Amino acid sequence: MTQVQGPPPGTTLVEDAPVAKASGRGGGKAPKVKMGAKRWFREVGWRHLVGVIAVAWALFPVSYLVSASLNPLGNVVTSTLIPQAFSLDNYTQLLDEQPFGTWYRNSIIVCAAVVFVQLFFSALAAFAFSRFRFTGRRGGLLALLLIQMFPQFLAAVALYLMFTDIGAVIPAIGLDTLAGYILMMCGGSLGQVWLIKGFFDSIPMSLDEAAMLDGASHVQVFFRIILPLVRPILAVCGLLVFVGVIGEFLMASIFLRDEGNKTLATGLYGLIDADRSNNLGVFAAGSIMTAIPVVLLFLYLQRFIVGGITAGGVKG
Amino acid sequence: MADPIDPTDPSHRGSRIARRPGRDDVPAILVKVLLLGIVIGTAIALTPALVAEESWLFLTVLWAVTLILVATYATGRALPAKYLVPGTLMLALFVVFPIALTAKTSFTNYGDGTRNDKQTTVEQIVGSSVTRADDSPQYNLTIATDGDPASGPFTYFLVPQDDPETVFEGTEDGLQEDPGGVTLDSGRVTAVDGYTVLDIKQISAASDALDEIAIPTDSDTFIVRDGTSEAFEGAPTLVYDEDADTITDEASGTVYTAQQQGDREYFVDEGGQRLSDQSWTANVGTDNFKRIFTDSRISSSFFGIFVWTVVFATLSVVGTFLLGLVFAITLNDPRVRGQKIYRALLILPYAIPGFISLLLWSSFYNQDFGLINDITGLNINWFGGSFTAKVAVLLTNLWMGFPYMFLVSTGALQAIPEDLTEAARIDGANGFAGFRRITFPLLLVTVAPLLVATFAFNFNNFGAIFLLTGGGPFSPDNPTAGGTDILISYTYRLAFGAGGVQIGFAAAVSVVLFVVTGVIAALQFRATRSLEDVN
Repeated sequence: MTQVQGPPPGTTLVEDAPVAKASGRGGGKAPKVKMGAKRWFREVGWRHLVGVIAVAWALFPVSYLVSASLNPLGNVVTSTLIPQAFSLDNYTQLLDEQPFGTWYRNSIIVCAAVVFVQLFFSALAAFAFSRFRFTGRRGGLLALLLIQMFPQFLAAVALYLMFTDIGAVIPAIGLDTLAGYILMMCGGSLGQVWLIKGFFDSIPMSLDEAAMLDGASHVQVFFRIILPLVRPILAVCGLLVFVGVIGEFLMASIFLRDEGNKTLATGLYGLIDADRSNNLGVFAAGSIMTAIPVVLLFLYLQRFIVGGITAGGVKG
Repeated sequence: MADPIDPTDPSHRGSRIARRPGRDDVPAILVKVLLLGIVIGTAIALTPALVAEESWLFLTVLWAVTLILVATYATGRALPAKYLVPGTLMLALFVVFPIALTAKTSFTNYGDGTRNDKQTTVEQIVGSSVTRADDSPQYNLTIATDGDPASGPFTYFLVPQDDPETVFEGTEDGLQEDPGGVTLDSGRVTAVDGYTVLDIKQISAASDALDEIAIPTDSDTFIVRDGTSEAFEGAPTLVYDEDADTITDEASGTVYTAQQQGDREYFVDEGGQRLSDQSWTANVGTDNFKRIFTDSRISSSFFGIFVWTVVFATLSVVGTFLLGLVFAITLNDPRVRGQKIYRALLILPYAIPGFISLLLWSSFYNQDFGLINDITGLNINWFGGSFTAKVAVLLTNLWMGFPYMFLVSTGALQAIPEDLTEAARIDGANGFAGFRRITFPLLLVTVAPLLVATFAFNFNNFGAIFLLTGGGPFSPDNPTAGGTDILISYTYRLAFGAGGVQIGFAAAVSVVLFVVTGVIAALQFRATRSLEDVN
């Protein structure tokens, strides 16, 4: 569920395609052509119609989620698509009666650590794949693609036994510790290599060469020249990883049993699993609070996501 | 540091630019030395504990990792490795190694009742026959654990009743005199550093596990617990003969031999009666794999579930791709105002963590109060019938997956040069023909690998099935195979469901899934030729 796949080979990566737009006909500044209502509908209006239907399809569950979280009764029976009441009961109940703050903190810790490690290690590897030529390079890239196709869940038992053994020697990173869980999740450290490599490839080698003529080492080229240039893309990758990790449920439910170690995913699942019908409101409130930061980040990075993500990830 | 561009590398040979090797800053070198120091220091610090635990595998891996890191970063050679090693190590340790371990386990019968090796099992069986003699030494017992009070591992802290100043630490490995960090209070251990002392409640909760503990002493006797606070030392009535591989009951004279029953061995007497239900981990060759394909309980459902798995993955990919593509094409016209708003709203489902979407949607299908019946005016018991449940699963997956395909298609559309479609139009291709002949093939080249990856993801999309339907609905005549079960959810239920945990078998299933997924993905990559120009 946490797999976030690299982009395909040969992907062209555009940053919201300023080029395509400039060359495209009618982009922003193109001369306006007056057209009749009929023609307008045939060429443009129907697009709005489809767009509105698409938005309705995309948002109706979200609307229901918001509505359920504001429904003071908080059960399935009385929840509706459009909010009928406005009550924060579910939110206060969640914060007062459940260790929601602990779940939130745990999730943030896990996400921050995994996002950082995965971005950093992926960027390092992508630099090697983009800038050096070495034996096994193509094979390595293809192997990465294949290995990432398998969910870690398939090896869940082996991971469980492994971390039981590790915990016997180093309890701090054993089973049922956040550190152990984070370490396990870092197995996907190379998840973003394909995507980031695609962007590195689009940065001309002449930049590196110029810097090296000035006496920069390869480390300096990487940190001072290449990385700053791809910052927006790193942000997008980070966001993709973040969404994957915060929603990771299966391995977390195997690894983190202690109440104090639960993440948002396992905590909220426990809530709704205990009473699917009557805990809906509280669950919805928790979901909203989980989703809001992610949604805000998405909206903030929208510009880069839509243009640049021809690559992207497979989300679970 | 070395020259970053290898002069013998063909891709750079003949470059016109003269190169001077760049040098690291002093702080960079300091950081490097510091990090390597930490790595080596950690390895050295952990070694004694690992030797004590006899975790040789762990020790080997630890030092291998340390050596790789030192070899990579302390020398100026193998430049690409410096960038590849961190992520590759993580991948090797926490993805590849567990896969290898899974493959190894798939050839054993490891699971409930066979978790120990044979030697430990024999010791436990023999230990459980320990009986008290009149002169048996008695101990005051304190049960503690450095793990979980419910599952152990448990350690006995023993004080001989005739020598209340001496303390022994007893584990399944034997006795150790005078462990450190012990608080002794009137002939009884009351606290131990780093351990949790179990209270009476915890002891009774863990009594099954504790009953199996028999601590071997140096004189062929064992110490077993006697209630919650005392223990005694005694001789077993059962004796194991290593050469003959038999256990003899010295009281009755019965001889028990190891015999195969099902996928495991037990000690049984001549009449086939088991001495104990405990068995041990053994290699069973390819039995687990044979079972997947020959066990009638499994194979009767296997084909149908395999077909549904393929259908589920295919329809999920095709459905989300088509929907996403239609939306992308529709909105990818510069004359459409508010493009950005549309896009922002359409990717919202993607921003909601997957488990939330799945649990939310599972509530939508409630027959009486669910949103779907509410909106459509239908009265369908969605999860009641296998067909409607399948539709429900696909519909949910469609909602969850289309924003991603929308993003991908939008990006790919924008990357197609405008003049190509322009040229097609001038040549007289109308809108749809131009799309079909020019745009779509170009688009497919870009997105094909993503479609393959999405297929592979859905093929093993345990979460979607588990959180939505749990694999159901189940029919009375086949209670193990649910109507929406895909291979991974079905076999994991078999492996972990009723009849005890069968880890060896589950591992075999995982291996089969690895192979099937890999083969399908490889075939698809080949068919789409999408990896040919990787460079």
